[in-house]
Amino acid sequence: MILIILPLIASLFTLFFKNKVAKIIALTASVAQLILNFILLCATNLKSTSLQALDFYPWYASLGLNFSTGVDGISMVMLLLTNVACVLILLSSWDNSYSSMTKFLALILFMQGALNGVFLSMNGLMFYIFWELALIPIYFIVGIWGGENRIKITFKFFIYTFLGSLLMLLALLFVYLHTPGNHSFEWSEMLKAQMTGWESTLVLWAFFIAFAIKMPIFPFHTWQADTYSVAPAQGTMLLSGIMLKMGIFGMIRWMWPLAKNACECNYNIFIILAVIGIIYAAIIAIRQNDIKRVIAWSSVSHVGLIAAGIMTWSKEGIQGGILQSFNHGINVIGLFMIVEIIERRLKTRQLDQMRGLAKHGRTFACLFMIITLGSVAVPFTNGFTGEFLLLNATFNYHSIIGIVSGLTIIFCAVYMLRVYQLSMFGPEKDNGGRIGKLTWSEYSTLGCIAIIILCIGIFPNWILQISESSVDGLLMLMKGGPAL
Amino acid sequence: MDIYISIALFAPLIGFGISGLLGRFLPKNITGLISSASVLLSFCCSIRLFTHLLNGGEALKLNLYNWISAGSISIDFSFLADNLSVWMMLIITGIGFLIHIYSIGYMKQDEGFYKFFAYLNLFIFSMLVLVLGSNYVLLFFGWEGVGLCSYLLIGFWYANSDFGYAARKAFIMNRIGDLGLLLGIFMLFSVFGSTDYHLVFTKAGQANSGTIELICLLLFIGAIGKSAQIPLFTWLPDAMAGPTPVSALIHAATMVTAGVYLIARSSVLFIGTEWVSTLVMVIGLLTALVAATIALKQNDIKKVLAYSTVSQLGYMFVALGVGAYSTALFHVTTHAFFKALLFLGSGSVIHAMSGEQDIRFMGGLRKKLKITHLTFLLGTLAITGVPPLAGFFSKDEILAKAFFGHGMLVFIILAITSVFTAIYMFRLYFLTFYGTFRGTDHQKSHLHESPLTMTIPLIVLAILSCIGGFLGLSSLFSHHHFVHDFLHKVLTDAAIPHPSHFFEMVILGASLLVLTVIIFTTYRFYTSAKNIPVALDQEVGVSKLLGHKYYFDELYRFIFQKPVEWMSKFTFQTIDRKLIDGIVNAFGKIADFFGTHLRTLQSGNVEYYLLAMVVGVVSFLVIYQLV
Repeated sequence: MILIILPLIASLFTLFFKNKVAKIIALTASVAQLILNFILLCATNLKSTSLQALDFYPWYASLGLNFSTGVDGISMVMLLLTNVACVLILLSSWDNSYSSMTKFLALILFMQGALNGVFLSMNGLMFYIFWELALIPIYFIVGIWGGENRIKITFKFFIYTFLGSLLMLLALLFVYLHTPGNHSFEWSEMLKAQMTGWESTLVLWAFFIAFAIKMPIFPFHTWQADTYSVAPAQGTMLLSGIMLKMGIFGMIRWMWPLAKNACECNYNIFIILAVIGIIYAAIIAIRQNDIKRVIAWSSVSHVGLIAAGIMTWSKEGIQGGILQSFNHGINVIGLFMIVEIIERRLKTRQLDQMRGLAKHGRTFACLFMIITLGSVAVPFTNGFTGEFLLLNATFNYHSIIGIVSGLTIIFCAVYMLRVYQLSMFGPEKDNGGRIGKLTWSEYSTLGCIAIIILCIGIFPNWILQISESSVDGLLMLMKGGPAL
Repeated sequence: MDIYISIALFAPLIGFGISGLLGRFLPKNITGLISSASVLLSFCCSIRLFTHLLNGGEALKLNLYNWISAGSISIDFSFLADNLSVWMMLIITGIGFLIHIYSIGYMKQDEGFYKFFAYLNLFIFSMLVLVLGSNYVLLFFGWEGVGLCSYLLIGFWYANSDFGYAARKAFIMNRIGDLGLLLGIFMLFSVFGSTDYHLVFTKAGQANSGTIELICLLLFIGAIGKSAQIPLFTWLPDAMAGPTPVSALIHAATMVTAGVYLIARSSVLFIGTEWVSTLVMVIGLLTALVAATIALKQNDIKKVLAYSTVSQLGYMFVALGVGAYSTALFHVTTHAFFKALLFLGSGSVIHAMSGEQDIRFMGGLRKKLKITHLTFLLGTLAITGVPPLAGFFSKDEILAKAFFGHGMLVFIILAITSVFTAIYMFRLYFLTFYGTFRGTDHQKSHLHESPLTMTIPLIVLAILSCIGGFLGLSSLFSHHHFVHDFLHKVLTDAAIPHPSHFFEMVILGASLLVLTVIIFTTYRFYTSAKNIPVALDQEVGVSKLLGHKYYFDELYRFIFQKPVEWMSKFTFQTIDRKLIDGIVNAFGKIADFFGTHLRTLQSGNVEYYLLAMVVGVVSFLVIYQLV
């Protein structure tokens, strides 16, 4: 519970201070969050296959709305991602001097609290509330500190995702009304909802569209590239690094268990959509000129693979998906940081206006390379294990699906190396900017990310073990095994 | 004994760490020495392992930790030192060490000196993981690792945009093959539940033969990419953009033979697959011939050698295809000697010529570069198969195996390829070292023999190229073939009848005769000033076709690159922007029509928004209570 409340309080707290102090407070708060998260990690029994309840406070009991939180291995990985990522994001904003910086920081912290809430909620309505709460700060971050055309784009983004949330709310209400006895929004009660196959299918589709918009999965992605490119760097990091994981998490925690009576055949459609998205986005990414857009499209492609792998509902797929969600979060924050650093120096993100940046920025080139490799999923980096498990899962699901999604390893190399080559290689531009020295915050952000990329690449089991038992539990639950 | 595996493996990795992190603070010589020493240490350990196995010791296994485990997948970070992998280790670390020493001299002036050595060490480490890994996933790990190093080193001089493109091309073409390998690994998982060599090979007999064929086909696709066979060979000549020691180590002696290693390692699977093996042979044969003809018309000293590498790799694949796995490995070994020698020799020439690589502007270099000239000559004789140098034995063996395993046609094509090999190599040799000097005066005044750090590796490799063949001094005199005896503990060759002594003698005589004729005619032809090759745009007919490499690059650009680029544009502008987003926006317009009031909520005012939110939730609760 502290995980949720602390950032909210800190968020208010920062508002009272001047920029510099606020930055320190925000960063301290997020580091404290991370430490708390580790304490929770140690306190949680990871061998258990069931969810471990944390708090339970009746809130509006007659409605079945309680403040109830719980944690298992799956949400633990998401929490770790959120809290690690927030530290990195706040660190990355150290050198920014936006107008009303304190508000900016407060919103990030607010968002952190809401996100932790999403991953911890064990109550359907509470999940919805946090889900929406997380949308508010990002809306303002993009709307106030965004680039050109921000009003129109954020409006579209907001309406689009809001529509998704609405569908999710409907699905939650629908399940709620089918819970036995005194209706309840508690997750464990909602599992017992009596629904026919047809009703379940309806719920499944509502959930799917809600989560598909968030992630986003083809063809619900059109809000994404625009929003990413117009948002300030930290906004993009929040959106792509953490927020889209809400969708992935939602699928695992809510969609699959609650709509378990739905026909499996629906997942065929979902997987096909996700796989189309992988290739579709990858092809588009090849020719984009704005680095941020290349990364935005690559994100659609990567997330498509995560979604496809998870929705095979095999253990390898889910495990790979969870691991890759973490990896993708870290890598994409790294990549957007790279873009931010380039943009700070060169005042542009267009690939045709940069060349030979490696010449005066060797450390930068090296860190950029490591992060690129993580994204391309070269062994020894974190991306490899995740992609390996995911592709294996899709291949076992259906060989054609596996082969088509496997094309991503080629396409990803094509567009990522294109970015790297066009920006870093070649003769230096005469009148262009240079990277020069990195500031300590840029250095430490990228450095931390590079270290995480390599560590998880070498010891992926560390993350896999956190979620292993919980995935077992989930699979058992779905097979009608022991409930919680 | 296990400790030797760890040291051999991790010494280069530590070398990588030191030169990569501290290299910029250390003097160049120290960095170079530390890197080289780490590879030397690794080489010594390899020798220790080798003697252990030679004395009949058991294959060693080193299990470090469980790397990935999820569901039914469990992959150990474990290494296997058996006869095959130790044999490869010796080649990798031995040649690797010589090339490290050479690079100290070659790269002396380069500002990226420490980076270069860091990459080289990382390459040695990845290559060792590739051959030592005890399962296919670790092989893949090394496989991608060497691909990465190759990418980094081809693009080493990144200020040149073309080099960057060449690096990217190499990486992407390799990735196409990698996808095949990866899918093969997934198949192995689904069929055997594991990719551990030992487990897979013992269970291979029980599996459905169709599945095994499919697995072999997928593995072969991987091998095609890495070993630059048709149709994925065009990256290798472009890879010559990297510094010459890299071309010698990665793009001739070691990395490109990884495909051969992969198939030899999987010989248990391949030996039972009729048509995949035939396919391997046909691809190898085609590649050998096509690459050799292209090499006839190249004017860049490194490109000639690059196509020659592709062609020689074709020979190895023919050997693999007929089931003579240990023969293929024998050729890998001798080829590593003489091709590394030729590349390093060409590096020495380029060094002396102040960076010039075009043989049309060389000539008469034998007087100034005595050691380089002599060693290059030995390398040329070795690759063309002059007895008793290394190339003769291994190539002769491949020809014999092809003849007895697959008949006359294959033999004839290989023999013709050998003739081409001799022609382009002696063309290269005479144009470079004989005749009159055709470069600028500036270059002429700069001509000099390379320093000792460069010539000593040349001499060592020249010696190896001379005597390397005696490792396989087989059939001609006795029936003890050292390479075969050593490798047969791991590899199972197909039963191919031994050639008779008469056959051997006929081949020996014929090849000597043909080679003499070729050497004589090329000498007469290319030492005369009027026969110096012209520039590519003045060529006509077949020469033009060969000079343009059969237009493979143009063809690929036309079939793959252009359509993908067009599709990218079309998908984005038409499908995405107009169709999908159009539909979304149409929904938006409809919604807009019904709910214009929603817009007033989007005032960007936090308090107002929060208020609305709270009111919404509260009213929901109230309504619920009332109902």
